[in-house]
Amino acid sequence: MNNWTAAPMLIPLFTAVILIFLHNRLQLQRWISLLSSLLNAAVAIFLLYRVRTEGIQTLNMSGWAPPYGIVLVADMFAVLLVLAASIVSACCLLYSFRGIDEERERHYFYSLVHFMLAGVNGSFLTGDLFNLFVCFELMLMSSYALIVLGGTRRQFRETLHYILINVLSSTLFVASVAYLYGATGTLNLAHLSLRIAESGQSGPITVVAAMLLVVFSVKAGLFLFFWLPGSYGAPPAAISALFGALLTKVGMYALIRSFTLIFYHETAVTHTLIGIMGIATIVLGGFGAVSQTNVNRILGYNVIASIGFVSLALSVSNEDTLKGAVFYLVHDMIVKALLFLLAGILVAETGTERINKMGGVLDHSPLLSWMFLIASLAVVGIPPLGGFPGKLLIIQGSLESGEYMIAAAGVLLSLLLLYSLIKIFILGFWGKPRKPRETNWKQHPKLLWSSAPLLLLIVLLGVFAEPAMPYVSRAADILSDPSIYIQAVFKE
Amino acid sequence: MEVIVAIIVGVLFAVGIYLILTQDLLRIVLGTSLLTHAVHLLLLTMAMLKTGAAPLLDRGQEQFADPLPQALILTSIVINFGITAFFLVLSYRAYQKLDTTNMDWLRSESSRHRGHSR
Repeated sequence: MNNWTAAPMLIPLFTAVILIFLHNRLQLQRWISLLSSLLNAAVAIFLLYRVRTEGIQTLNMSGWAPPYGIVLVADMFAVLLVLAASIVSACCLLYSFRGIDEERERHYFYSLVHFMLAGVNGSFLTGDLFNLFVCFELMLMSSYALIVLGGTRRQFRETLHYILINVLSSTLFVASVAYLYGATGTLNLAHLSLRIAESGQSGPITVVAAMLLVVFSVKAGLFLFFWLPGSYGAPPAAISALFGALLTKVGMYALIRSFTLIFYHETAVTHTLIGIMGIATIVLGGFGAVSQTNVNRILGYNVIASIGFVSLALSVSNEDTLKGAVFYLVHDMIVKALLFLLAGILVAETGTERINKMGGVLDHSPLLSWMFLIASLAVVGIPPLGGFPGKLLIIQGSLESGEYMIAAAGVLLSLLLLYSLIKIFILGFWGKPRKPRETNWKQHPKLLWSSAPLLLLIVLLGVFAEPAMPYVSRAADILSDPSIYIQAVFKE
Repeated sequence: MEVIVAIIVGVLFAVGIYLILTQDLLRIVLGTSLLTHAVHLLLLTMAMLKTGAAPLLDRGQEQFADPLPQALILTSIVINFGITAFFLVLSYRAYQKLDTTNMDWLRSESSRHRGHSR
């Protein structure tokens, strides 16, 4: 029992409520929200230490023993993602001091971000399927409001689509919870895993697994991603960065958690399906990224393609690929946030989202250009940077299992992403400036400095991959052996 | 009893999906609301519609009603209430801003002109 397990969910929740009352005091709002997310990161580091020394931390809410009450479970995988989410959100908040206009700040921007963070962290930490649904809804509800905040025509159009898709998938989520409860009589993840292991994964349960696969795939943007590039491009950069970094990863986390902990018996059906969806996502997402000329859309398709890559690791599910999945997921959260933030500066500087109307940014803001180049190389997985170890592990693991198609798809992904990002670099940063513009240069250095910690982090992740490995392999151990998780939940 | 409720759930699902597939925004909102009702009934039915005493121990009762699905449905109703309210307000604002509630016209940038030529 460890009460700190609930803190990453409670801190943003309380902060959000406090910020509602301070919505006219901008400066105070900014500092409270930044402090809160830094505090959250500190708590996550503390939890990480506890998980490393004492094993999985659990908290039975209101003291109800596991199968009856809701249980929060902080295992290594969840805590690593909580830590990454807190750091990313701190940087995005710092960026939004300058990058978000005052009107949005006044209209509860910071409250909504913190509500979303509470949902995100809750989804990572919960050990109960229905509680996962509630946390998803908390996260989505705030994201609906964030995406439409500002109310331009484009935002309205995209939000309507975004809400409709997510309401439908939430409905399907509750339906599959109903079926699962009817079939097994429990909703606790560890208990579900036990019950299904005892009775065997019968046909109906595999159908429920497929339904959950659809639900989580919609949230993660795995194959069912048609809504994603449009809606992530509509809001300002700081919000897109939060969405691109956090929301899809929560869906991916739910997928990995449920298909390694609960539905791991019929791998020939479910995991093959995940593999096929992953390859399709990589091909469609990769070519989508290559074909676009709008910066935000290119990045949106990049998010999709990376999700496809992680799901390949899930479909193979051996020790190496799971390690790779954990590493890549953490890295991907950080680097996608960084790319969206830098693209935001790029768009503000050139005044257009179309790369064929940009040009010559390298001349007047070299720092931005080099940061963008390093981030792009990290996405692709060039060695000393953070994308490399995860990619190496996933491709190596799938070769070990003889899944050559999957390894090939992983390599194809790297090429497509490299091409799409270098295209931004060549058209946007090289060449002659299109027109001499009056830009508000003064703001940009501050925006750049607020995204610099993320850049530093992806470099460090790559250079110090070896010391980080024990954490990652601890997380992967729990994923490959569900009994560790189950024992931790039922130990008291 | 379960069979009757199952049929009702099926009908609600069918009507909800039909409404979502239409073009009018208001009908789509109503459709999602019907779908969630269907899902709540499904949740109740999957836990078996048995009659029994309140789930309190030490009362000498043999059969208990299952309280969990009811708790889940209550939570889900609250969430869906919030989302439906938000969706309706958003639709109204979108109608004010974009001058149309037709989903097909919402899609294109030139929606406004076509909306007026109606």
